[in-house]
Amino acid sequence: MSDALLEIENLHTFFYGESGVARAVDGVSFSVGTGETIGLVGESGCGKSVTALSVLRLVRPPGRIEPGSRIVFEGRDLVTLDERQLRAVRGARIAMIFQEPMTALNPVFTVGEQIAEVVRIHSKTSRREAWQRAVEMLQIVGIPAPAERAREYPHQLSGGMRQRVVIAMALVMNPALVIADEPTTALDVTIQAQILELLQQLQRRFGMSILLITHDLGVVAETVSRVLVMYGGEIVEAAAVKTLFAEAHHPYTEGLLAAMPRLGESRDRLRTIPGTVPPPTRWPNGCRFHDRCPYAWERCTLEHPPLYQIGAGHVSRCHLAEEPKRRADAHEPLVMQRSSRA
Amino acid sequence: MQPPTHASAPAERLAASGLASAVTPPRAPAPPPGRRRLTSTFWWSLVLIGLLCAIALLAPLLAPYSPTAQLDIIGLKNQPPSLAHPFGTDQYSRDLLSRMLFGARISLSVALLAVLLAATVGTAYGLTAGYFGGRVDAIMMRLLDACLAIPRVLLLVAVLALWSPVPLGALIATIGLTGWFEVSRLVRAEVRSVMGREYVLAARALGTPGFRMVWRHVLPNVLNPIIVAATLGVGNVIMLEAGLSYLGIGARAPTASWGSIFFDGSDAFQATWWIALFPGLAIIITVLAFNVFGSALRDALDPHQLAGDRAR
Repeated sequence: MSDALLEIENLHTFFYGESGVARAVDGVSFSVGTGETIGLVGESGCGKSVTALSVLRLVRPPGRIEPGSRIVFEGRDLVTLDERQLRAVRGARIAMIFQEPMTALNPVFTVGEQIAEVVRIHSKTSRREAWQRAVEMLQIVGIPAPAERAREYPHQLSGGMRQRVVIAMALVMNPALVIADEPTTALDVTIQAQILELLQQLQRRFGMSILLITHDLGVVAETVSRVLVMYGGEIVEAAAVKTLFAEAHHPYTEGLLAAMPRLGESRDRLRTIPGTVPPPTRWPNGCRFHDRCPYAWERCTLEHPPLYQIGAGHVSRCHLAEEPKRRADAHEPLVMQRSSRA
Repeated sequence: MQPPTHASAPAERLAASGLASAVTPPRAPAPPPGRRRLTSTFWWSLVLIGLLCAIALLAPLLAPYSPTAQLDIIGLKNQPPSLAHPFGTDQYSRDLLSRMLFGARISLSVALLAVLLAATVGTAYGLTAGYFGGRVDAIMMRLLDACLAIPRVLLLVAVLALWSPVPLGALIATIGLTGWFEVSRLVRAEVRSVMGREYVLAARALGTPGFRMVWRHVLPNVLNPIIVAATLGVGNVIMLEAGLSYLGIGARAPTASWGSIFFDGSDAFQATWWIALFPGLAIIITVLAFNVFGSALRDALDPHQLAGDRAR
């Protein structure tokens, strides 16, 4: 991986709360190549967003990136940078797109001013030049009549338009990496498709890498080349997108895929994964998924699985890799057994 | 009407919690562009305040006599209201209308400047505590609690009684510097809430430096409650200043504020009722105008408050 733009090694981000230490991100390693799009998938509370915030060093106390974590970006370890150096990276080399375009924009300034502000923070530009750059950027992200729109306030724009503005703010300095944290979750389905299309189009134009964080496998399928599945603060499976959809290995990934509603398939009820993600202060011993897993056996409750190599570029954190025959004896997940007993 | 952010928030949380969800939250329509409608109360109280300020500013042009001139100490002493002296005269034969017009200058400028000072100090303090949070916040807030434990009126009486006669600037400074505690609590709470909003996180993610963050993202979004609190504070300070003048430790003679004129007249209210009545009315009207204006402003600037009031 010599051409890696971002290389995360052994990232631990812990939160020190009153109810104990929440190990939100617990030993995550992955890399993003130049111009590559990576999907980071998982349920709410699995550590996706904290991973994203860690990359930009935006985790605030009581949260902390633990010593030993490395976030190497363009040859520099971001963990060692001071606040001043970080500010030069944020927004200029790495930008972030947030989930909720409703609240990610400051309500008291026009959208043009907000984009121009990013330009003025990162370059010595006159007010007028920055404004022109903002208008230009609004046009690039597909906003009609950009010169007029730039003078409007966020509340005057629709959700889709606002997300385009947020994207314009993120891309105006032409960053090498864009982290998109659930960029389409808050939008209508038709708008979601437009925004994803826009992101791909912009990637072709500017050549930036994208780290796409989502809980929606449907979003991942059409957009990314490689998928990382997170559960319990760890990466549990990583594979090329086609491999993942064709031959998912980890039972959690299987569950996610089964939970996706598909066209042309009639089902009375949507399939779900029983139970919820356990609190990050008390990850279960052994495999963190074992109590929700339909295959779990004794070993899973005792021994924490490493990332097993399944195929080329395909890893999975599941003991089934060593004992594949056990996949045949599926049973009710432990959480179900427990709740039916109660 | 609730702003759409709040109306759709539960739906979005719902959507976010479901895995691979195809559920889209129902979106409330965007609020209509342009100005929010302002009530008639807002306008008449604003007109009244404008009128009072105009009177204070134009006092030298409007006043028929000098406020300190003793016109005829024998013949025109304690005259009841008449055409020549609409508000009557006082025991030194000074024209009460003229004294009150000039008194408006003192009363209003003391109130406005003291509130401005209090709002500025309070905002700076609350902004600092709220922005830095953590230990800085804890220490600053405990200090503030200590300050709040001091009874304001007693402190003012003590300071002004020892420093007598007090210059007008010192009066303003003393009232202002003892009046910022509440504002700063309010500001600090608002700042904490704004700091948790996503646009602040987004601004940090885009590399916004600290000072710019406060100036562009935090301060403008906490300004509304400050303006409301300050407006309501003006009424309070006018009362406070009147009270201090009444105790004889406010504006010093012969400069007159409404409070000190009221004080002059209150000794012999039965004999010369007009000396106390008119400044009393002026104080009531002014305080009322500022309070009504403050409430109307709050309703206009904070739709939640309005919705809550209607629901109740």
